[in-house]
Amino acid sequence: MIRLLTGNILETGDVVWWTGADWSLALADAVDVGADTDTLLAKTIAAERISDPTLVDAEPTAEGPRPRTMRERVRGAGPTVRPDLHKVPA
Amino acid sequence: MYRYDQYDQSIVDSRVDEFRDQVARRLAGEITEDQFKPLRLMNGLYLQLHAYMLRVAVPYGTLSGTQMRMLAHIARRYDRGYGHFTTRQNIQYNWIKLAEAPDLLAELATVEMHAIQTSGNCIRNISSDQFAGAAADEVVDPRPYAELLRQWSSFHPEFSFLPRKFKIAVTASDTDRAAIQLHDIGLQLVRGPDGLGFKVWVGGGMGRTPMIGHVVRKFIPVAQYLSYCEAILRVYNRYGRRDNIYKARIKILVHELGAAEFTRQVEAEWTLLEPLALDAPQAEHDRIIAQFAEPDYDRAATDTVDRSDPDFALWLDQNVHAHKQPGYAIATISLKPPGGIPGDATAEQMDLIADLAERFAHDEIRVTHSQNLVLVHVRKADLHALWTALDAAGLATPNLDLVTDIIACPGLDYCALANARSIPVAQKIAARFADLDRQHDIGELKIKISGCINACGHHHAGHIGILGVDKKGEEAYQLSLGGSAAEDTSLAKILGPAFSEAGVVDAVEKVIEAYRAVRSGPGERFLDTYRRLGADPFKVAVYG
Repeated sequence: MIRLLTGNILETGDVVWWTGADWSLALADAVDVGADTDTLLAKTIAAERISDPTLVDAEPTAEGPRPRTMRERVRGAGPTVRPDLHKVPA
Repeated sequence: MYRYDQYDQSIVDSRVDEFRDQVARRLAGEITEDQFKPLRLMNGLYLQLHAYMLRVAVPYGTLSGTQMRMLAHIARRYDRGYGHFTTRQNIQYNWIKLAEAPDLLAELATVEMHAIQTSGNCIRNISSDQFAGAAADEVVDPRPYAELLRQWSSFHPEFSFLPRKFKIAVTASDTDRAAIQLHDIGLQLVRGPDGLGFKVWVGGGMGRTPMIGHVVRKFIPVAQYLSYCEAILRVYNRYGRRDNIYKARIKILVHELGAAEFTRQVEAEWTLLEPLALDAPQAEHDRIIAQFAEPDYDRAATDTVDRSDPDFALWLDQNVHAHKQPGYAIATISLKPPGGIPGDATAEQMDLIADLAERFAHDEIRVTHSQNLVLVHVRKADLHALWTALDAAGLATPNLDLVTDIIACPGLDYCALANARSIPVAQKIAARFADLDRQHDIGELKIKISGCINACGHHHAGHIGILGVDKKGEEAYQLSLGGSAAEDTSLAKILGPAFSEAGVVDAVEKVIEAYRAVRSGPGERFLDTYRRLGADPFKVAVYG
């Protein structure tokens, strides 16, 4: 299992994932934040540019991280009922 | 329709300016998210799964063509080309950018609309009968009284920070189309020996702890209903539980005190309030009532409708209701097309409906709590032309109150609170029962789906209710039977263990086929069969 850091961009509300150096709109870019989650989370909260920062459990796969919960998978891809609105069109 | 006066307009404009400043300060880092969140929520702006969601109030579900056209413009300019009509007769946009929200609200204000009090622990949008002002069975048009409640409850200084959110519905018919017994306060206009007044229910609601409201007053004259509501809110505000969010709604207070004691306290409070002359003067009643004057009906309109087109006749029989004015009818536009998302409308569809309202329906549109739209004043002679235009746009599905006319909350596809998806379940059930002959054979059957215990999809009031739950990270669906939001209000009861997404569709089909097998005849509705026989035949059909 790996842990991802996610949140929403303040200005747009877009879902973003921590890449180790910056934030990406693509779940595939997300990296395991490792053990030092408390510091990273605290830093993100303090910066006040990412709303609702959250740690998410995921499994590494060949296509990239796959969040364990349906909720985070939907957040990562877009609404399942509107594939035309997905970040990566289905 | 009610038109803003200078006070209404200046209040809304001022709120836009205030929010613009708050957003600017948030974006500049001058206030924190914790400080900003309650401010944006007061303006109906939530942060949901994918983006900010804006909930725009549609007071008592009434819109003009101009307002609908603005909703279309907002969908196009600020969102992704569509909006979602909700069970509170509002509209939600799912892809709003915070930085653009003030401009959006400024545009809304130009057509006398806003998003104020569509969130937070305050009195929310007042809902009403979607046929108000046109229903053949109403005592009077309830909307002026709903409008006065809107004005009374907007920025009410005492009730802006209630223990929890508060919902009021107003009707004027014995046939309940507004679920009044499932509201914090339900008001039914009735004519008593001394004139017009309200029968008052308190303490109904769905959510985590569903309860049916209690009648606390069989009659309060219309001249005094505001002070009576004030008394109810005061008792709630004083004693409602603020220590536990799950026990903070007024229904819990009424339940814990008992309806009789709660009523005694309200009456005692009202005895103190009533002499303070808090009620609106008759002149204000008259001013508002005048704004809901009857449309300029065509008094020569014919009652004859050519039914020779079978598809049109099908729509006529299912989606058109009697109007109090001879020669006129009420037409409901289904937002539940095959494969569609319940309650969703594209900007193009909204524009078309605005045009059709102006052309055929005296410029009035209503939003229903069942997530459909209504053109309330249509000449019968224009029904075919209206249907033709709707049909060409995929808006003439003849399924009102049938098995495919499903209420579904946004669920886990959009909502940050949801445990499971609602929309795909609705779509799969609608696909399973797509055959119109089968739908008509089944008859009236209201399926309502919520993606979490908060019950925005009204599953407690579904003839068949479906609740999405989380089971160790996986979606599961609990089936309930026997609910109703009508004048015979009842709460659905859980049938048994939950199902997977595919399993719940099969289970619904088994329930419906069991109903067809055991009903006393084609005239017995599913709900009546359930009430007559109880859950046993359905449990056997589903679980063996």
